[in-house]
Amino acid sequence: MLHKIALLAALAVFCAGMIVKISAWFRYSVGPQIAGLQTSRRVASALRGIVHTFFSRKVVTLLKVFFLEVIFQSKVLKEDTLRWLMHMCIYSGFTMLFFLHALDNLVVARFYPGYSATLNPFLFLRDAGGALIVSGVALAVYRRFIRKAERPMTSRMDIAVMVMVSLTVLSGFLLEAAKITSHSTFQTMSEEYAGQADPEELKSLESYWVKNFGLVSPEIKGPFDKAVLEKGKTAHKVNCAECHSSAQWGFGGYAASILVRPVASALDNAGLVVFLSWAHFISVLGLLAYLPFSKMFHVLATPLSLMVNSVMDSQSEPANIATRQMLELDACTHCGACTLRCSVAVAVHMIPNQNILPSEKIASLKRLAAGKVLDSKELRAIQQGMVLCTNCDRCSIACPSGIQLRDLWFSARERLLQHSVEEYQLLSPFAYYRGLQREAIERKNYLKPLDLALKNVAGKVDGSVNGTLMAGEKTLLGKLNASIQANSLSNCYRCATCTNSCPVVLNYERPAEVLGLLPHQLMHAVSLRCWDLVFSSRMLWDCLGCYQCQDNCPQCVSVCDIIYELKNRAISRRNDELIS
Amino acid sequence: MRNGKSMKIALFRCCMTSMGLARYETSSNAVLRELGIEFVNIKEFNCCGYPLRNLNFEAYLLSSARNLALAERAGLDILTICNCCYGSLKYAEHVLKKFVSTREQVNANLAAEGLKFSGTVSTKHLLGVLHDDLGVETIRKRLKKTLNGLRIATHYGCHLLRPKEVVGFDQGFQPVKFDALVEATGAVSVPWTGKLDCCGSPLLGVNDELSMDLAEKKLRNAHRGGAQCLTVTCPYCQIQFGRIQRRIIETRNFDTPVPCVLYPELLGLCLGIDREKLGLEEKLPEVVSAHLRDIEAQPAHEVNGQTMPAAIPGTGARTDAQA
Repeated sequence: MLHKIALLAALAVFCAGMIVKISAWFRYSVGPQIAGLQTSRRVASALRGIVHTFFSRKVVTLLKVFFLEVIFQSKVLKEDTLRWLMHMCIYSGFTMLFFLHALDNLVVARFYPGYSATLNPFLFLRDAGGALIVSGVALAVYRRFIRKAERPMTSRMDIAVMVMVSLTVLSGFLLEAAKITSHSTFQTMSEEYAGQADPEELKSLESYWVKNFGLVSPEIKGPFDKAVLEKGKTAHKVNCAECHSSAQWGFGGYAASILVRPVASALDNAGLVVFLSWAHFISVLGLLAYLPFSKMFHVLATPLSLMVNSVMDSQSEPANIATRQMLELDACTHCGACTLRCSVAVAVHMIPNQNILPSEKIASLKRLAAGKVLDSKELRAIQQGMVLCTNCDRCSIACPSGIQLRDLWFSARERLLQHSVEEYQLLSPFAYYRGLQREAIERKNYLKPLDLALKNVAGKVDGSVNGTLMAGEKTLLGKLNASIQANSLSNCYRCATCTNSCPVVLNYERPAEVLGLLPHQLMHAVSLRCWDLVFSSRMLWDCLGCYQCQDNCPQCVSVCDIIYELKNRAISRRNDELIS
Repeated sequence: MRNGKSMKIALFRCCMTSMGLARYETSSNAVLRELGIEFVNIKEFNCCGYPLRNLNFEAYLLSSARNLALAERAGLDILTICNCCYGSLKYAEHVLKKFVSTREQVNANLAAEGLKFSGTVSTKHLLGVLHDDLGVETIRKRLKKTLNGLRIATHYGCHLLRPKEVVGFDQGFQPVKFDALVEATGAVSVPWTGKLDCCGSPLLGVNDELSMDLAEKKLRNAHRGGAQCLTVTCPYCQIQFGRIQRRIIETRNFDTPVPCVLYPELLGLCLGIDREKLGLEEKLPEVVSAHLRDIEAQPAHEVNGQTMPAAIPGTGARTDAQA
C-alpha cells in the first residue's frame, strides 16, 4: 500500500514536471521574434511541421540521425572517445535496467511467460546494467574531478545527478547482496515454494544454498556431508531451480555479499533487506520525480533536439524555430564541450564573468527564457556574456546534443539588448555578426542599443572643457603614458598628418561635425586632459584600427594604439561607474 | 620548398569563415596540399583576440598569447588566412617579446594549462608562406592554367601591412608581394586609387553607413582602375566585397559592381585543382572563368599581348604613397 502511494506520488510529480517542461517549449521563447504569438498557434505550427516532415523525404534523414546520433552517439564519439565510453555505459545500462528491471512485469513478462527476476539471462543482465552505470559514473567523476585539463564546469545539479544515480545503483547492489545472504528471505521463500518438503529435506536444501549460493545461515555451517548436499541439490532442482539461477550470475550483488558475510546474520536480524528495498525504491522514485526538473530531462529533449535540428534550417517557420530553441535549452546536458571549444573562453581570466562560457550562458538563458525577473546587474552580466562572442559557431559544431548555439545566442542577444541596459561592447567588432544579420532584426531594434551605447559611453558630459573628473582620472594621463600602447603620446607635435591620412576623416566633407575630435585633436586633448571631449568623440568608435595614421606619423606616435587604449579606458571607466 | 625540405605548419582557423565562407578554408587547404605544405589543426586554438582589443587589452593579449603558446608546444609556426588574425598575433608577439613584465603576467595565466610563451614560433600569413617560403617562381612552375590577362585589383588589407614595424610582411607603403603572386597566375594587377585603404569591415555593426561608404569607395576605385575583379586574402575583406557589396547594390545608387574572389581560389584554379575541391561549385564570377586557359594551349607571347586592353581608364595614380 505504502509502496503504491509512494509510486503514485512520484509518478504524479514526474508527470506534472513533464507537462510543465514540455509546455514551456510552446509557452516561452528565447528571442524577441515571435513575441505575442499564442501557444495554441505554436503547437499547431509544430504539428504541421511534424506531419510535413513525416510525409517527405526528410524522414530518411530522421532515421539516419536516430540510429547514428541518438543510438550510436556519433557526435559524442567525434568529440572525445572517453566521453563516448562514459555516456554509452550510463545510457546502455540505464536503458537495460529501465526495460528489463524497472518495467519487467510490464515488458519482459509479456514476451517471456516464465519470467522471474532471479532467472538468467535477466539476473545477469540486471547486474550488467548496474555495473555499466557504475563504470559510467566512475568515468564521469574521473573526467570532472581528476582529469581537470578537460575543464568541464561542474554545477550543483551535475553533482546531485551523479550522487542520485550512484545511490540508486549501489542500493540495488547492496539489496541484492543482503537478499543473497539473508536467512529470513530464504525461510520465507522455502515456505512459499517448498512448503511440502520435510524438515530434513529443507535442511539439506539450506546446506546446499549455504555451500553454493552464498546464503548465511545462523545454524548451518560447513563442512557439509556429500550426501546432504546431493539431497539438497535434488530439493533445489525440484523447488527452486525453475525460478532461480545461481546467485553468482548476479555478480555485483554476489561480490558485495562476500564482503558482508561476516556480519550478515546480525544485519539480517536487524531487517536490512526491508531497509535496503525501501532505500532502493525511494532512490528510484527520487530519480523519477527529479528527472523532468534536472538535466536528466535530456533523455527526452536531446534525441528530439538532434532529430529536429537535422530536418530544420533557418528557413523553417519562425514559430517552430522559437519552439526548437526552447527545446534546445532542455537538451543541454551541461557537458562543457562547447566551452572547451569556445573561441573566447580564455577571456574569462581577464573579464571574470561566467556568462562568457557557453555552457554557463545556457543556464542563465533558461532563467531568462522562463520569464524570471532579473535585476539590472544580472542582466548586464548575461548580456556581456552574450555579446562577448565571435559567433565562430564552434560551440554548435562541438555540441553533442546538436544544439544550434549560435542561433540561440543571436536570439537571446537581441532580446537582451532591448532591455535598455547599455552595452558598450557593441562599439567593437563584437557587433559584426549583428551587422551581418541586420536583415533579421527590426530596424528600430537594430539601432536602439547602438544609439544607447554611443550616447552613454562618455558618461555625463557637462559641456565644460574639463568636465567632471572621475576617480583616478587625474592620473589617467600618467597611466596612458605608462601603458604599452600609448607611451609615445608625448612625441606628438600636432602636424595633423594622422588626420589627413585617416580614411574615416576623408569620408566626410565636414568631419568634425560628425566625428567630434579628429585624430590629431584627440592626441592634443589627451595631453590637455580634456577627458570629456575625448570620450565623447565619435571618432573613437568610428576608428577602423587600420593604422594609416600611425604608419604615416612623422613622429612615430602610435596614434592607432593610443585610440585603442582610449577605447579600453572609456569602456572600463563606464563599467566601473555602473558597478559602483 | 626552396631549401628542398618539406614544411609543416599549424593552420589557424578564423572565426569568420563560419559565416558563409567555408570555401575559403576549402580552397586554402586544397592549395596548401597541392603545393606540398603539410598543415595540422590544433583544435585548442581560440580567437586571436582581435575584437577584444577594443575592450580590454589584457584579455586580447592573453587570447593571442595562448595561441602562440599552443603553437610553441607543438613546435610549429602559425599560418593564418585572415589579416586580422595575422595582425593581432603579430602585435601580441611584438609586445610579449618587448615587455618582459607583461610577458611574465601573461605566462602566469597560461601556466594553469601548462602553457608558456617564450617566442620561439612566429606567425605567417598565407601570402607570406606562398611568397617567402615557397617563392613565386616555384609556384609559377606548378601552374597548369593561366588567368590570361584578367585585370585584377589586388587588395592587401590593413593588417597585412600595418603597423609596418610590427607585421613586417612587406614594405608598408609600396608593397609588391601580393601583386607578384597575382601576376604569377597570368593576371594583371592593375594600379588603382586607395589600394591600401581599409575595406570598412571593422565598423560593420557599429556604423553600417560608414562601413558601406568605405567599401563603396573602394569598389568604385577598383572599377575606375579598370579592374574586372578584386582579390583578397582576408575573410573580413571578402565578406565586405561580397555580401556587403550586394547590400550596397540593393540599398544605394551603385551600378559598377566588381566581383571579388579569394586568392587561393584563383591560385587553385591555375594549379589545375577541381572547382569542387576548391568549394567553388557556382560562385566563380563569369569574368574569371572566361579568362581561364590551359597553359599548353596558349603560346607564351599571347598571355601578355592579345587580351590586354589598349587603354585602361583612370589608372596610374597610386595615391597611397602620397602621405
